[in-house]
Amino acid sequence: MLLTLFAILTDGLVYAAYLFIVAIGLTLIFGVMKILNVTHGSFYAFGAYAAATAVGIYANSDLPAALGFLFMVGLAMAVGMVMGLVLERGILRLVYGRDEVIVVLVTYAVFLILEDVIVLIWGPRSYAAYQPMVAAGNTEIGDLVLSNYDLILVAIAGGLAAITYWALKFTRYGRLLATVIFDRETAAAFGINVTLVYTVTFIIGAVLGAAAGAIMAPKIAITLGIGVEVIVLAFAVVAIGGMGSIEGALIGALIVGICRAAAVHLFPQIELFVIYGVMALVLIVRPYGLFVRAQPRKI
Amino acid sequence: MSRYARSPIALVVYAAAAALSVPAQAQQASPGPVKLGIVSFLTGPAASPFGIPGRNGAEIVIEALNSGKAPAPFNQVGLGGAKIEAKYVDEAGTVANVVTEYRNLVQRDQVDAVVGYVSSGSCLAVAPVAEELKTLTVFYDCGTPRIFEEKPRSYVFRVSPHATMDSIGAARYLLAKKKNLTSFSGINQNYAWGQDSWRDFLGAMKVLAPNATPDKVLFPKLFAGEYGAEISTLLTSKSQALHTSFYDGDLESFVYQEQARGLDKRMTMIMTTGEAAIWRLRDKLPDGTIIGGRGANGPLARNSDISKWFQKIYTDRYNTPPTYPAYQMAQSLLGLKLAYEKAAQGGAKPNAEAIAAAFKGIEFEGPAGRVKMALGDGHQGITETAYGTYRFNKQKKEPEIVDIIRYPAECVNPPPGVEADKWIAEGMKGAKCN
Amino acid sequence: MPTRAHLIGGLMFLVAAAAAPVLPDWIASLVTIALANALVVLGLIVLWRAGLVSFGQALYYCIGAYTVALLARWTGFTDAVGLVLLGGIGAGIVAALVGALLARYREIFFAMLSLALSMILYGVLVKTESLGSTDGFTVATPTFFGYPLHGQTLGLFLYWLTLVVDAIAAVLVSAYFRCVVGALAAPIRDNEIRVEFLGVSVSGIIHAKVVIAGVLGGLGGALAALSIGHVDPNMAYWTTSGSFVFVTILAGAGSVAAAFIGSLVFEAVRSIAFDVMPSLWQMTLGSVLLLTILFLPEGLGSLAGRLHLRSGQK
Repeated sequence: MLLTLFAILTDGLVYAAYLFIVAIGLTLIFGVMKILNVTHGSFYAFGAYAAATAVGIYANSDLPAALGFLFMVGLAMAVGMVMGLVLERGILRLVYGRDEVIVVLVTYAVFLILEDVIVLIWGPRSYAAYQPMVAAGNTEIGDLVLSNYDLILVAIAGGLAAITYWALKFTRYGRLLATVIFDRETAAAFGINVTLVYTVTFIIGAVLGAAAGAIMAPKIAITLGIGVEVIVLAFAVVAIGGMGSIEGALIGALIVGICRAAAVHLFPQIELFVIYGVMALVLIVRPYGLFVRAQPRKI
Repeated sequence: MSRYARSPIALVVYAAAAALSVPAQAQQASPGPVKLGIVSFLTGPAASPFGIPGRNGAEIVIEALNSGKAPAPFNQVGLGGAKIEAKYVDEAGTVANVVTEYRNLVQRDQVDAVVGYVSSGSCLAVAPVAEELKTLTVFYDCGTPRIFEEKPRSYVFRVSPHATMDSIGAARYLLAKKKNLTSFSGINQNYAWGQDSWRDFLGAMKVLAPNATPDKVLFPKLFAGEYGAEISTLLTSKSQALHTSFYDGDLESFVYQEQARGLDKRMTMIMTTGEAAIWRLRDKLPDGTIIGGRGANGPLARNSDISKWFQKIYTDRYNTPPTYPAYQMAQSLLGLKLAYEKAAQGGAKPNAEAIAAAFKGIEFEGPAGRVKMALGDGHQGITETAYGTYRFNKQKKEPEIVDIIRYPAECVNPPPGVEADKWIAEGMKGAKCN
Repeated sequence: MPTRAHLIGGLMFLVAAAAAPVLPDWIASLVTIALANALVVLGLIVLWRAGLVSFGQALYYCIGAYTVALLARWTGFTDAVGLVLLGGIGAGIVAALVGALLARYREIFFAMLSLALSMILYGVLVKTESLGSTDGFTVATPTFFGYPLHGQTLGLFLYWLTLVVDAIAAVLVSAYFRCVVGALAAPIRDNEIRVEFLGVSVSGIIHAKVVIAGVLGGLGGALAALSIGHVDPNMAYWTTSGSFVFVTILAGAGSVAAAFIGSLVFEAVRSIAFDVMPSLWQMTLGSVLLLTILFLPEGLGSLAGRLHLRSGQK
């Protein structure tokens, strides 16, 4: 029983780390730009595919494994950066100010296009990038064996949370963001270059999305359609936590992670419902998610 | 362009031209191409494991048939001398899309027959439409036995055996290798394929090993990608074996993640579709894993001439050996060819009814062994199945399946007229295993 | 009071109805499905006019479809008209129930809660192995007023039935848009507090809209189920909802006609893309959507209006 409890906690933490890593880019973009970014799934997929390519290149060299991991994530982030820049400057720019749903649909259209771009670049076959996970090894605790890579995942998620928290609260750019989040028009009136803030935020969001793909790549088979799965997962976490709130995404990820792990261990039959069940419950009790105060309504 | 030229007017012109040319060339006239619609997943997660090998299998077999280079008795050009013209269509989307595209193939593109479909949902939705449109349709990969159990069909055939034998074969092989099995677990995707696979496996285990009990029964979401909690649960189990019908992406993700945590050191894994993944997983797939391939496909195939031929032409073209969906496609096309030629005795292009009549109960030897269209009133094929144990040969640097045990078709398939579910539940009476 | 739009709509209806027997079957069945889906889109337009978008409209679509399929399976009731009506009513009841909850939500939260609800239905259906789980099951062949029909004739009657349901829905919804409650949609979208100050219950109006959209979704699902002849849980999956929203944006919220134009265009584009580029159809669809948004800000529905204006100027 104790073992199960311990397993639920660790599995929950690992799953939460996965969700948080996947969701953070989405929540950042939503918080600042009020765009529910479906293209996030493409960033994730491109990150994972780029990681697979990087592993392919790296596997032929004799450099240490840890460096390989950095190379993988680095390449994915570079890809994310270029994609973010091109998308924001090239397309999103044209629809700012239109209905929110229209902007969502623009990102959806881009997502559809990018799904086939993946086929054009990498073909329909699946890829693997398991080397870093194998190199990380495992740790035995009683009957349970934990993958060290999963522990690294938890550390990365924790680090990401800390860095974003610090960046938002204590850096100049973070404060600018807070102002823009609070009221875009007033921020612009005070001379903040909102256009630039948007571009930078979108690029950071894209880089985070691609990095998420690269970080998850060693654990999964990289196949067509991995982006789709991630989008709704990330949406759900973000909606539970409160759209646009980093703390919210963290708590949302933890709740879903622990609930799901408990379900798998104790009531495997309900696993399918956990995420949407939690989301519906949270939204029923707190219509704006856990961490967002109700917006003052303007008359 | 050419597609749209085939308007009613063009058809009249064709017909007139054909009518004029008949007396001149008499019996030797090639009756114009036979058009086949080939449907499989070309996009999405099911493309890489099933759709693309299926399409490749179709491409290479059709090419060989058209050039008349296939071994006997398949060495007549195309279908009965008529070249095959294939149109490839994506199976992706909702059933509404699948049904619409099926109608488009039959009514707009005027294909003579359709070969395809991976998803059982697609097959169940297409079957009544095929009957309505009276179009010969051969399903190649979908596994549900419901297709011919729910209703008798006239125009629908499936050469590939249904999925029941995969689970029964798995149970028989597992028990042959592990005589003292007391506990087993299962991890299957939470959708029809996974649920059916587990239900059949569990049923077969109850019959064959009443003392072994199921422990953890896990159904993660389809394409979940992250199995940390499931692996922990299994690590806390004392089961000696783990049944899974995972495929491709999910299977590979699961294997990477369980290996990092040594699950395969604690229990033997039985992968009912593992064959499709061995060429990509290679040394990542643990030695000792029990592998099935939905019949005697790939390395599980018998070493016959036709099997070696198919393996060679496929490997030469695509630089990777064919996996079971490619075999299923090849079997389906070859079965259709034999039925077509049997119906075409006399030279004229046979109609769907004639082909269907010839197809019923047909028997032939294909790359995946001997097929008997024995079930569903002669519309559903059965073959032997085989299971084996995986080993990565480090010298040759290639995957191997050893310790292969073959189970005759009548050992792992229900007798005609008996529903698969009931047959298992009632103790698999009449199974002939020797 | 009949307007010019009614006249044009009536004319189109007659042309579409009269054309059916001469249309090739594959076009007729494509149009039937497009017109069934158009009802769901019409429902989304009703919501969108008030600034609401549902990412879970497939909930009602699926309920309409399963109501039809299950009634035919369990009770043997196969009358097409009755089944479609019951499908609409079934979805309407569900919409009335969840609408009580949804009416409190706006913006993205409305969208996400709808999504969660439809995904829960999806989960329940996937878990129901007796109904074939994700494989779904075949819908019994419907009858018309006691007459069993088959093949082409059945297809023809389903086409006409869909057309009639669409016409009735179009007339009723356009009447709703012009009545006071319906006309309040835009003010609600702009600023609902002001509407509240007029002494109107905004959540009441939104609840009504959810029910209208739900009934339309159910009717669409019921017709689609009869026309496809098969139902599966995928009908409740979020990607199904997504494609309805996709069509709605493509169509634009400008008019009732937009729903039908948008749905037909979408189905045609999708089918052509499948035909011409079987492995790159997603790219084609995405590009069409993107170009529409960029160059036709009011959606495809606005094209009709523009032509109309131009001919007026001459």
